[in-house]
Amino acid sequence: MAYIIEGNTGAWEVVVGLEVHAQVISRSKLFSGAATDFGAEPNTQVSFIDAAFPGMLPVINRVCVAQAVRTGLGLNARINVVSHFDRKNYFYPDLPSGYQISQYQHPIVGEGRIEIELADGSTRSIGVTRLHLEQDAGKSLHDQHPTKSYIDLNRAGVALMEIVSEPDIRSPEEAGAYLTKVRSILRYLGTCDGNMDEGSMRADVNVSVRKHGEPFRTRCEVKNVNSIRFVMQAVEVEAKRQVEVWESGGTVDQETRLFDSARGVTRSMRSKEDAHDYRYFPDPDLLPLVLDEAWVEALRQDLPELPDPKKARFVGEYGLTVYDAGVLVAEQATANFFEEVAKGRDVKTAANWVTGDLFAALNRMGRTIEQSPVSAANLGKLLDLMADNTINGRIAKDVFTAMVETGDDPAAIVEARGLRQVTDTGAIDAAVDAVLAANPDKVADYRAGKDKLFGFFVGQVMKAMAGKGNPALVNEVLKRKLS
Amino acid sequence: MSLDPATVRRIASLARIRVEEREVAQLQNELNTILGWIEQLNEVNVDGIAPLTGGAQMALKMREDVVTDGGYPEQVLANAPDRAGPFFAVPKVVE
Repeated sequence: MAYIIEGNTGAWEVVVGLEVHAQVISRSKLFSGAATDFGAEPNTQVSFIDAAFPGMLPVINRVCVAQAVRTGLGLNARINVVSHFDRKNYFYPDLPSGYQISQYQHPIVGEGRIEIELADGSTRSIGVTRLHLEQDAGKSLHDQHPTKSYIDLNRAGVALMEIVSEPDIRSPEEAGAYLTKVRSILRYLGTCDGNMDEGSMRADVNVSVRKHGEPFRTRCEVKNVNSIRFVMQAVEVEAKRQVEVWESGGTVDQETRLFDSARGVTRSMRSKEDAHDYRYFPDPDLLPLVLDEAWVEALRQDLPELPDPKKARFVGEYGLTVYDAGVLVAEQATANFFEEVAKGRDVKTAANWVTGDLFAALNRMGRTIEQSPVSAANLGKLLDLMADNTINGRIAKDVFTAMVETGDDPAAIVEARGLRQVTDTGAIDAAVDAVLAANPDKVADYRAGKDKLFGFFVGQVMKAMAGKGNPALVNEVLKRKLS
Repeated sequence: MSLDPATVRRIASLARIRVEEREVAQLQNELNTILGWIEQLNEVNVDGIAPLTGGAQMALKMREDVVTDGGYPEQVLANAPDRAGPFFAVPKVVE
């Protein structure tokens, strides 16, 4: 269903394009040999190149180039075997050289396309305009001193990929789905950790509104939005603001705005009036970047299975629903975990345990699947214990809880706690006899036609057996004795 | 192409170069002379010729992804006009 803003003058459509800045995973920086680790002491990971000392020359990092190419391939995009670096000039204290080395007219990656999934199960294809390599800036701290800003250049010169989308996005939900998909692809490829809290992935959101069938109207750019939820909110509030401006007889000016997440509004960054006059020119320190086609092909051959093909395989090979497959492939670690649990076992049961009990436990503990106290091997063993009737499904839940607490092997938990399922018909007979003897009135009611009481008897027998009765046998014995 | 005084002031401002009002006319002249020289280049027909990006037919050399630099904050900070502990300190710039 199309996302529409109902204004006083009719329905408005929202047009969104996203620029995603993704920090490249590499040991050293794009043009210098300084380290890239997050959280180091201020200014300890800075070379004279990053600090823009006179006479220092940049030398490009092969791995950063490879990461950009791999990302381009993952976005189904064209790789430009010849690309150029330019200087983007602006003044800011965390940019020591007064220019950012970026790629303007000849980026390393050209047009691509990705599929996004929406809540109603539909998919849409969103165009990628380009991906280029550039340097990150340093970090400014504004809250440490009343009249001064503090600058840490550790991040200055770290490689960034700027991934620019076509203005194909039409709703806050699609903006969120696009960002989610890009993040998932980057994480699968290992080219960016996608960690928005630490700023290693952030987005600039271009928003405009129009009446249906109109050409594009003026857009505004909401800068540096640092979570998927905030991107969705920024699209929503900025589009509403623009509708109000147009409908009150005003015009939307092309400008840069900030999203204030605390107040849920965007506001103008007036001080950046000149910011778009970047006076790009080719960087005279850097020759054209020319890629060897065979090297690009080798990188292509080496790509991991990406989320979309993996999802298709999970549906085709395992017979999972599209929804379950989508949940399982969102993170590569989850997909790997699931495949290890499912191997040689009932796939649907494996999917249910991973997306149900395991996800719930991890959520509760605030842990990722990599930090799961229950290993894939142990969860698999738990499924085996159910499959061979060592324990029943009810007891399996208790064993799982114990596994979450202790990380122990499920077989050891079952033995240590005496949870082995009772399949001895003598013991079940005895428990059934005792329950029936204790409830003569209910037995009479049941025999008089109150079928629903059967569940009560099952419950009582299981309770008497501390949950360890084999459910199928308990049912069978009860049916025989009650008939 | 000819620059007006307002454009001269704007270029100076973007480049963070302080230009006194009395210098504008002279700079305007000098810049226009330079632009005149560059405009002569436009008379050459370069249709179908790729831009020259260097004096030799060379591509960019790449280095391996190894940490070989950094770890000398005192040297990096040595020329800073102002500092606060391990940070550079500058007049407050905040939105």
